[in-house]
Amino acid sequence: MKVSLNWLKTYIPFDIDASDLAEDLTMAGLEVEALYNRFEYLDGIVTGRVADIQPHPKADKLKICRVDIGTKTVSVVCGAPNVAIDHKYPCALPGTRLPGGLTVEKTKIRNVDSEGMLCSEAELRLGDDHSGLMKLDSGTSEGTPIGQALGISDIVFEIGLTPNRPDCLSFIGVAREVSALTGKPLNLPETAPPKNSGQINEFTSITIKNPQLCPRYTARLLTDVKVAPSPFWLQDRLLSIGLKPINNIVDITNYIMMETGQPLHAFDFDRLAKHRIVVQTANPGDPFTTLDGKEHKLTDDTLMICDAEKPVAVAGVMGGENSEISDSTARVLIESACFNPVSIRKTAKRLGVNSDASHRFERGVDPEGTVYALERAACLMAEVSGATIISGVIDEHPIPSEPQPIELNTSKTNLHLGTALTQAEMQRFLESVGFSVTPLDPENLSVVAPTFRVDVSRPEDLMEEVARLWGYNNIVTTFPKTSTQSRVPERTLSLKEIIKDQMAGFGFAEAINYSFTSKASCDRLRLPAAAERRRMLDVLNPLSEEQAVMRTSLIPGLLEAMGKNLSHQVKNLRLFEVGKIFLSKGQDQLPEEVETLSALWTGLRTPTTWQIQPEACDFYDLKGVVESLLASLYLDNSSFSTLPAEACHYTRVGHSARIQIGATDIGRIGEVHPQVLETYDLKQTAFIFEINLDRLIPLIPEVKMFSAIPKFPAVSRDVTLILDNFILAGDIVNSIRKLDESLLENVHIFDLYSGDPIPKGKKSISMRLTYRSATETLSDQAVNRIHGHITDHLIKTFNASLPA
Amino acid sequence: MDKDLEKIKNSALSELENASTVDEINTLSVRYLGRKGAVTQYLRHISSLPEQERPAAGKNANQVKKILEDAIKTAKERLEDIREGSESAGIDVTLPGRPALQGTLHPITQINRRICDIFIRMGFDIAEGPEVESDYYNFEALNIPKYHPARDMQDTFYMSDNIVLRTHTSPIQVRMMEQYAPPIRVVAPGKVYRCDSDLTHTPMFHQIEGLLVDEKVSFGDLKGVLTELVHQVFDTETSLRFRPSFFPFTEPSAEVDILCVMCRGKGCKVCSHTGWLEVLGCGMVHPAVFENVGYDTRRYTGFAFGMGVERIAMLKYGINDIRLFFESDDRFLRQF
Repeated sequence: MKVSLNWLKTYIPFDIDASDLAEDLTMAGLEVEALYNRFEYLDGIVTGRVADIQPHPKADKLKICRVDIGTKTVSVVCGAPNVAIDHKYPCALPGTRLPGGLTVEKTKIRNVDSEGMLCSEAELRLGDDHSGLMKLDSGTSEGTPIGQALGISDIVFEIGLTPNRPDCLSFIGVAREVSALTGKPLNLPETAPPKNSGQINEFTSITIKNPQLCPRYTARLLTDVKVAPSPFWLQDRLLSIGLKPINNIVDITNYIMMETGQPLHAFDFDRLAKHRIVVQTANPGDPFTTLDGKEHKLTDDTLMICDAEKPVAVAGVMGGENSEISDSTARVLIESACFNPVSIRKTAKRLGVNSDASHRFERGVDPEGTVYALERAACLMAEVSGATIISGVIDEHPIPSEPQPIELNTSKTNLHLGTALTQAEMQRFLESVGFSVTPLDPENLSVVAPTFRVDVSRPEDLMEEVARLWGYNNIVTTFPKTSTQSRVPERTLSLKEIIKDQMAGFGFAEAINYSFTSKASCDRLRLPAAAERRRMLDVLNPLSEEQAVMRTSLIPGLLEAMGKNLSHQVKNLRLFEVGKIFLSKGQDQLPEEVETLSALWTGLRTPTTWQIQPEACDFYDLKGVVESLLASLYLDNSSFSTLPAEACHYTRVGHSARIQIGATDIGRIGEVHPQVLETYDLKQTAFIFEINLDRLIPLIPEVKMFSAIPKFPAVSRDVTLILDNFILAGDIVNSIRKLDESLLENVHIFDLYSGDPIPKGKKSISMRLTYRSATETLSDQAVNRIHGHITDHLIKTFNASLPA
Repeated sequence: MDKDLEKIKNSALSELENASTVDEINTLSVRYLGRKGAVTQYLRHISSLPEQERPAAGKNANQVKKILEDAIKTAKERLEDIREGSESAGIDVTLPGRPALQGTLHPITQINRRICDIFIRMGFDIAEGPEVESDYYNFEALNIPKYHPARDMQDTFYMSDNIVLRTHTSPIQVRMMEQYAPPIRVVAPGKVYRCDSDLTHTPMFHQIEGLLVDEKVSFGDLKGVLTELVHQVFDTETSLRFRPSFFPFTEPSAEVDILCVMCRGKGCKVCSHTGWLEVLGCGMVHPAVFENVGYDTRRYTGFAFGMGVERIAMLKYGINDIRLFFESDDRFLRQF
């Protein structure tokens, strides 16, 4: 809401500085978000004295003027008839933007240099005279800016109103607040329509068929209207707050709406069939063209203003083309009504219209303000357009407003706010903003809110009024006196943070990517049609195709991040993200939200230094991260198994594994599939993993039990086996473990080799087995026996041989 | 001490001091402590002393022997250090070290933790809630009925008429109150979504919600807790102002401005020359919200607040573009 202070001052004479007023209003809940002098453009326009006039060699009507602007003399080509030597006029210098939108430039007019522009009143929007240059007082010294010379300025506030204060969507509403803040009385315009011939009831009638949707409808009739452009003062008022003048009748409806907050509508009375108004809901499917030229299909819950035959306006939203005021309009019916806020909002939303009227009706207008606005408009139209007002007001008021008294308890209010105000102080605050207050007893006030305060219905609403008028900053700061009882903290939350810490500890940078992704991301990940990850939840109103669905994997986000980083020449990347993925259960259901950890590693294994030869990272680097992470969470029963080819969608076949804790599948790890790399236009290999934290976290033991430090020494024995290439190391280790040798403490693979002299199709694998007893120092003999047993078992099980 | 012994000691020490090679020290060692060395000779001569002088003389001689042994050791070590430190033998300590792995936590994670920690110390619990929410929890239960103009305050992403991406963390308030009886003290960090994208808005951002419900909780208490928060997040010089505002789920409602942390109120680009920065929305829980969760409005009052984490992170770290948080640019992430 824009508020011109010059206009505002006509309702409340205040003399505080604009920035102080802005501060006071802000601190009372009417946030002044910006303020500016709307005549600032006058600063670039200076007083110029015409020192010399020469005829233009190539144009009879133009003159070349030498204009003294104080600091220098400029040459200005001018076509005004009244330009005269030694007179002073406003001179706009190059770079100045005039209110009409024109920017003055140094130019050549018919081959003659012109270094400025002498202006008329209309060109400066200081009046409507455009017949000649605006004459300035001869005492004004050359070079003085016009704003200063004429003493013209008008500060405009941009107030960011919260939806609960529709009463302040008007100058009078803001003036009321200023009155409460300054203690100065309001000065509201009188309305006394002259008594005239005729009676409105003889000309028209109003019928309300849906009183719930239209509790009040008032109207006035004017004849002998002359539609014309508005006088300058009226246009200026509208322009001062950014409204476009149209014609005197429409301008007055807008002017009065801005003044009172009551939206008005003016009908061309002679275009209303049978000169009647019927307020009723629409016939579903009927077309209707609003003033802005748009055609809408109506639904049966759209409240329409109709004449005897057809709809003529969408109630409270916008008028129709078919009854619009035109130059030939001679009789005008002014509507000032109250509509149901929900109904108006539904209609406005459906039609996609947000008019000044619907904006106010949605929030609620003063049901007792309709007649005042109507009278104001009628008087002003008579004054401005020379119209005659037909006597009488139609006031259909099927549902009268009945303000309910609210009880306000003094102690409760003080307790709630943390204040120590007296009942009298509370009474004074409430009365200052128009509430009527009656003390019931020393503890309780009976308060009736003014009808324009549609937001007030509970004692807490009154408490807020008391608080804001007392000043929030005057409320003493205290601390809650509350119990020290606390709940057992949710483990999930702290574990999630611990996991983040671990990942950062492994050298990864935490990323946060958008939770939305593109529909195409499933295809990019090569997910099969039946994949669970294709259960995507659509955003009905996305900002772009790239953000049209909720992500079902963190991988696309990380791959996109990799692409962006590569394009910045950042080629060594370790990123991780902890966030939710969303698996749809249908658009109308809450989805399954799965807390997920994902990481990506691409580029070098270690940073290049003067000592270390750079080497590319591989599967085992990232696997090591997963293993270390799980170990740090005391999970010692993790396993990795080859992911079957048909399950490798976005990871490379033969280079992907499923990650399990015991029997629970918690995620997968692998090299990004070459085709996926290609789709994302990534020119280097990357490794990724994705872990379902909702599955992982419950498996994390609460405490790690201590195991005693061994008392007896360990004995190690190495074994090297030559066996078929396809045999997995994990199977060998598992096979050893299954023997359940109680003295075997650890199996460590320390070498893997294939190539000469190992036969083709075979590999050699070397392991160090560690043995230890908890009760004695093992003898060589005992160890040899067990080690021999294990070796024999492996040779037999895997058809292995010992090296020659 | 015997004068002879004193002389031996002093000359030995001064010679040691001047020795510049290990060989010289070895020679000195033999000369004084060897089988025919001066100290050894002296010790032998003690037996010729009168009986009553022998113990003292022996003690002194052994003391000197010990002093010289130590001095020889120290002198050798000194020479050793000189040799080690000579250019040919040392390493170039100015070469860069082998970097230890170093990852980073997202600035949002860091600010979230900082703020949650402050509240944990004040006795608050931490909670989370779903990011895709029902219209009921996101709006209705918070006293924002369908077709209420307050819905315009938050541009909403819809999944269907009844399912939305939560526009604020406030639904967690309702979920907590449904689950637990008062007293409640909880803060809830999380992602929120609004249909808005420009220089200063991203369609996803983070909020931290707070709720305290108990008997006799006042607006003054709300001011106290938030003042403490701001002082701990920024510093105690950061003053606050509470300004009336409107949220359908609080009454009275307030916006909290802090004195611009960049210019300290003088006015700068960051605070749009107002000297103040809006960082929090808050208020006393609206009785309609209590009614929706079945709390006794005569017995309990409470306050709620919410803040944008990006905003605080931007002020704290001097970040000037909110979009950077979600671009996963390594050059950004690795700064924190």
